[in-house]
Amino acid sequence: MNSEKVVFAFFIVLALTLNFGFFLGDIDNPNHHNVYELYAAIVVSIIATIMKFGDRTHVGAVLLATSFVADLQLVAGAIVWAVATNTDIGLSSHMMASIVSLSAGALLANFTSVILLILETIMVRH
Amino acid sequence: MQHVFYLLLRRLRTPIITIIVVYAISILGFSLIPGQDNQGNPWHMDFFHAFYFVSFMGSTIGFGEIPFPFTAGQRAWTILTIYASVISWLYGIGTIFALFQDSNYQRLIKRTNFTRRVARIYEPFYLICGYGITGNRLVHQLDSLGIRTVVIDKNQRLIDELEADQIVLSVPALCADASDPNVLNIAGIQNKLCIGVLALTNDDHANLQIAIDSKLVSPKRMVISRTQSKETTANLGSFGTDYIIDPFIIFADHLLLTLQAPYKHLIHDLIVNPHHRALAVPDQNTTGRWVICGYGRFGQALEEEFRKHAIEMTFIDVDLEQRNAPEGTILGLGTEADTLREAGIENAVGIIAGTPDDANNLSIIITARDIKPDLITVVRQNSGANKPIFRAADVNMIMEPGHIIANEIFMLIRTPLLIDFFGLVREYDEDWARALFLRITNTLNDELMSAWTFSITATGSPAVFAFLERREEVKLAYLCRDPRDREQSLATIPLLIKRGNTCIMLPDLTIPLQPDDQVLFCGQKKAKTFMEWIVSNHNTLRYIKTGKEGPDGSLWRWLSKYKEQRQ
Repeated sequence: MNSEKVVFAFFIVLALTLNFGFFLGDIDNPNHHNVYELYAAIVVSIIATIMKFGDRTHVGAVLLATSFVADLQLVAGAIVWAVATNTDIGLSSHMMASIVSLSAGALLANFTSVILLILETIMVRH
Repeated sequence: MQHVFYLLLRRLRTPIITIIVVYAISILGFSLIPGQDNQGNPWHMDFFHAFYFVSFMGSTIGFGEIPFPFTAGQRAWTILTIYASVISWLYGIGTIFALFQDSNYQRLIKRTNFTRRVARIYEPFYLICGYGITGNRLVHQLDSLGIRTVVIDKNQRLIDELEADQIVLSVPALCADASDPNVLNIAGIQNKLCIGVLALTNDDHANLQIAIDSKLVSPKRMVISRTQSKETTANLGSFGTDYIIDPFIIFADHLLLTLQAPYKHLIHDLIVNPHHRALAVPDQNTTGRWVICGYGRFGQALEEEFRKHAIEMTFIDVDLEQRNAPEGTILGLGTEADTLREAGIENAVGIIAGTPDDANNLSIIITARDIKPDLITVVRQNSGANKPIFRAADVNMIMEPGHIIANEIFMLIRTPLLIDFFGLVREYDEDWARALFLRITNTLNDELMSAWTFSITATGSPAVFAFLERREEVKLAYLCRDPRDREQSLATIPLLIKRGNTCIMLPDLTIPLQPDDQVLFCGQKKAKTFMEWIVSNHNTLRYIKTGKEGPDGSLWRWLSKYKEQRQ
């Protein structure tokens, strides 16, 4: 058992579940989407990215790429949120829909990461 | 570069994660702890403001309590997080600095730089493994010809020396084990521009490894290796190493040449080491018994050569049994008069101090000369640093292994025709050699000696080649005329023409040149410059051939043709 792999799996799966939790609900209803959940998803996703720094295997490099995509999508969502709440626009249903759709993109990326992780785990025969 | 980048990322993983966790907790804390706005209403910092505050707090910029003055709870949290974030930053930056000072990391950086510098060489270069006396000398000599080199040596001190040396061209150098195939790879052994590999380390096994590697990657590329034992020589030869240089055998051979055919030796010495003060013993009596101190590799090489020519010798050695010394060998160092007398120094013709210890060698020579002043003295110099003492000792012949190898290799690289020439010289007798020697010294007129080759090809000597293509005759004599005044000759002697597999020794000046001939000249250095002018400038060659200067430009050419037609 490789503790590095276990910790990474923990973070990548946690990133997916948090992301999914945030995404769940009506797309344009601010009441269905918790800002803390988005925050946690961002932090966990960034940590998962950094854990793949310096990984020279091919799968490791692809995982770095996918989790990087998730970071970008989630951070974009957070920026939209910050803009919406700190300007005259307000957290309208239109803004909420953009934030949630951005997080949906991140969800796909995180999902890809988890699939890659599962594949890699299956390939290892010991 | 890849390696360095990965190492950096790998090492920074933990510090970056620490910083992110600390930031995440701090930001979360600020967004949860209740605050008050200016009117005293409860207010929660949103994530945007929390991130803003933590960013400037963590980096200790400190803009103040924004956007509203903090409550006690917020201030308490600030105290905690300010320490946590500063410590995590220090940890991160400290890791980066520690990494930069890490010897592994620095080695990696050096290796990466070296790889990049080798990859950026866009002209033919030689790979030199081993930067001792020989390597050092060769790098300088090749540099003076404008030939690039790449150096590998195990010893960092020598690599540092190289960086401080005054070399015009940039020489990528790496401190690494040259027998490691990975090291050879980054040093460009697979590079098509690497035209020769010189294995000059003082470890025979490493030389063997280098030679094999090069021959496997590119069988046609020249490999020159030095060797210290017969086994290695045979091994190196078995897979086609182009030149195998054993300094002891070469020196023994030269020494014999000096004794048996002094003029041949003088010619050789004049051409191969222009700066060297030759051992001039043509008039001295050299027939008789020799005393040789040291029956190591050098002694054995001498023994073989002396046996071939039936010259008597007596060995002196400290260890008779282990080295299996021949009968009659005297036990001792040779530094004491008693030992030398026992070896019969009084009725010997010369002494060879060939031990691996410089101080002992000098002591032997001085003691022996005290006993018999007119001895021919030959001494082996092991360390380059001792050069001044050996020069001062005024011995007849100094044997420096490093220089012998360097001179041989330089000759092979610069003018390979000299090998053919010296091979053929041996077939002539001493009178012939004496005549040639006098002719060369007359031509030189106390200037520095130089030897060079011209190939009659489109690139080697374009003007001559163009003449030959037009079926105009070019005599060898044309190359030996002064381009400024064709009545004068250049201070040069054509030594050899190589035409296919045949060699013409001391060719007659009236001989017409043919395409693909290779011509070896010797003479004053400036003669070469003039000769380059002749072989590459059409009009100069025309002038030398006909005495007329042709028109240079197209217009003038057309005009002169027009004029000819009118007449």
